[in-house]
Amino acid sequence: MQNEPTSSAPGLAGTPANSSFDILHSPLGSPQQGASVREVNDPFHGDLLEVSMGPHHPSTHGVFRMVATLDGEIIVKLKPVFGYLHRNHEKLGENTTYLASMPYTDRLDYLAGMTNNWAYALAVEKLSGQVATERAEYVRVIVGEMMRIVNHCCLVGFLFNDLGTSFTPLLYAFREREKFLDLFEELTGTRMMYNYQRFGGCRVDPTPEWLAKAKALIDGFPRFLDEYEQFLTGNEIMLARTQGVGRLSPELAINAGITGPVLRATGVGYDIRKVDGYGVYPRFDFRVPIGDHGDTYDRYMMRILEMRESVKILQQAFRDLPAGPIIDPKAKNRGLRPKAGEAYGRIEGPKGEIGFYLISDGSTNPYRYRVRPPSFINLTVLEDMCLGHSVADAVVILGSIDIVLGEVDR
Amino acid sequence: MTATLERLPLLVRDWITGFFPEPVRWLVSGLLAIVAILAVFGLYFAYLTLAERKFLGRFQNRPGPNRTGPFGLLQPFADAVKALTKEDIVPQAADKLLHFLAPCLVVAFGLISFAVIPFGRYLIPVDLDAAVLYFFAAGVSSELALFMAGWASHNKYSMISAMRALAQLISYELPLLLAVVPVIMLSGTLSTSKIVVAQGGWTFGIIPHWNVLTPWGFAGFFIFMIAAVAETNRSPFDLPEAESELIAGHLTEYSGFKYALFFMAEYFGMSALCGLGVTLFLGGWQAPIDILQVVPSYVWFMVKLSCVIFCLMWVRATLLRLRIDQLTRLAWKFLVPLGLINLGNAAFWHLSADWSGPLQIVRWAISAAVIVIPFVLIGRTLSSGLAPRTYRYAT
Repeated sequence: MQNEPTSSAPGLAGTPANSSFDILHSPLGSPQQGASVREVNDPFHGDLLEVSMGPHHPSTHGVFRMVATLDGEIIVKLKPVFGYLHRNHEKLGENTTYLASMPYTDRLDYLAGMTNNWAYALAVEKLSGQVATERAEYVRVIVGEMMRIVNHCCLVGFLFNDLGTSFTPLLYAFREREKFLDLFEELTGTRMMYNYQRFGGCRVDPTPEWLAKAKALIDGFPRFLDEYEQFLTGNEIMLARTQGVGRLSPELAINAGITGPVLRATGVGYDIRKVDGYGVYPRFDFRVPIGDHGDTYDRYMMRILEMRESVKILQQAFRDLPAGPIIDPKAKNRGLRPKAGEAYGRIEGPKGEIGFYLISDGSTNPYRYRVRPPSFINLTVLEDMCLGHSVADAVVILGSIDIVLGEVDR
Repeated sequence: MTATLERLPLLVRDWITGFFPEPVRWLVSGLLAIVAILAVFGLYFAYLTLAERKFLGRFQNRPGPNRTGPFGLLQPFADAVKALTKEDIVPQAADKLLHFLAPCLVVAFGLISFAVIPFGRYLIPVDLDAAVLYFFAAGVSSELALFMAGWASHNKYSMISAMRALAQLISYELPLLLAVVPVIMLSGTLSTSKIVVAQGGWTFGIIPHWNVLTPWGFAGFFIFMIAAVAETNRSPFDLPEAESELIAGHLTEYSGFKYALFFMAEYFGMSALCGLGVTLFLGGWQAPIDILQVVPSYVWFMVKLSCVIFCLMWVRATLLRLRIDQLTRLAWKFLVPLGLINLGNAAFWHLSADWSGPLQIVRWAISAAVIVIPFVLIGRTLSSGLAPRTYRYAT
């Protein structure tokens, strides 16, 4: 009640202010533009309702909290609150050796541990001047792209849950995810906390049987996607609930540092796999899908299309995987003391740019250890996307950003 | 044999009432009807929850509950024990009286709707002349209880949910009634038992004369079922208890047995509304084929009821939830116009009752066109601007 909205435009460039909220004349779909925030001197001004969604709410994807100010059911103000899962990740990184930090990185984005491992390994390799072997680079691409598929499976499933299906699409997506996790378990020994990457290579070499199984799984995956899309992508309620909901303008996305599928949905073709060309990515033939509207539907489709591209990359990687050592025999992992200096390693994680910034003072521990978490930074535009939409849409918009609280709070 | 089976419930009733002196027999007879409904639908509710969980499980590629007893058949009783032994928490800020009253009322209103549903040829608890009106009056009262629950909880989620519930129920009451009016027009009575009798008979012994097998009846059934799903707050219209948005809606502050009562009321309401749908459109207790009349009528009623409820479970496992503005828009801009058109359609059907020979086909064609063309046209305008998109790729 004390949070009276001001009469000025609410947010940054992304939200058109004072565009009329024509709820009667828009089609079954959503209002095509974000609604205007009601003027304070509106003669019919009623009470605003402040609702604290979270930290224990079924669809805030963990212990995230949104303090939403509602006008009826329309959101006029939304304050994201986080930190409930803070566990001193960055300070821990400064007090442990370089190698000992590797298992901690799994706990950042616990739905996509492999890519966290990879980004951290890349940062340390840059810092200490080591190079991964060629086979290891290919294996990294294989596990990294499989991780992307696992992550997007989760996201798409949970998004439909937020849209109000009774778990059905989620469980079908999880069935596929389960097959990937079984493979990861066979390779690394754990299902989610892999601790798989090392500086200069990977921890264990995948056996030919494992590769054959993985290849068979990947070859069958597009069939699952086709089935999934056939039932869900064209569903009229799905279109009505997501098209035009939670628009993000490319300008705002770039200014706010958004990366990953959320950025590409706005029409910006920025993918670090193409921009940096790290590892052996330049050798693969794949495309980067981009959206035109930047709404929830585009963000959903980005994930689906990226999974299809990942399948293409994986098939090429299985074909071209060279023989050789999985880790450089001269690689230094234990007792690593890089020369004083700094390095930033980043990769295109499933959620966006996941980067690690390290400063070495020549000792066994980094002097400064900093994570650039994609979901935390993508979360900053939540309010701009939600203003003028209803509570139901806010939940869906949050779901489409794809956050993992382990990474947001660190 | 068939006649005995058909009359079996009555024989049991007469046997029991025979133990009592004549002046109180009417009372015992009435109480027995109540006991029978409570027992049969109590058990039906228990196994409906199990069936729903099992079916949902199968729809979702998992087995569903199967640990309690053989095939999980004892699960409802385990759930009941759990609900009864849980602590009953009343929030400090809640309106204690209303908070207590709401679950009681919601079950009571759900139950009294059963009074006018003909479960079999001789099985109707109260044969009212204005049974359909009575049913809707009872149905609307239960919405009041839901609002009471949301208001009394003194919780913001419950409050939003209660507002949603009212908006939704007011919106869908109208199409529900509009879908029922043609049936009353054509059968000329408000009595549910007479409506079922009017649907008796078979063409060639295999095609029943159910209302749903006419163009206006099919459209009416279609509108009725959509509105019924919304009235009973089931997915895809389960906005008042949308768990991804409002946690549990008006149930957020309820625990233990009170929660179970709401759950029970939801299933009672669903059974009652589907029972009315079966009565009005699917021939009630009438057998689908002439020779199948050997099976007692009350079995047919329960079979039809279970089939309709299974379809609702199927819908729940399949569809996404609408948003509140889309939900009300669907009611006011799609179902209400269609219901009104269907009213005219039924009037035409009534006037053309004596058309025969080839005119029968003309009658069918006109009646079908009158309802299908508006359905397509209104549907198109409502969903205009929504289509799957094609995507570009960055170079």
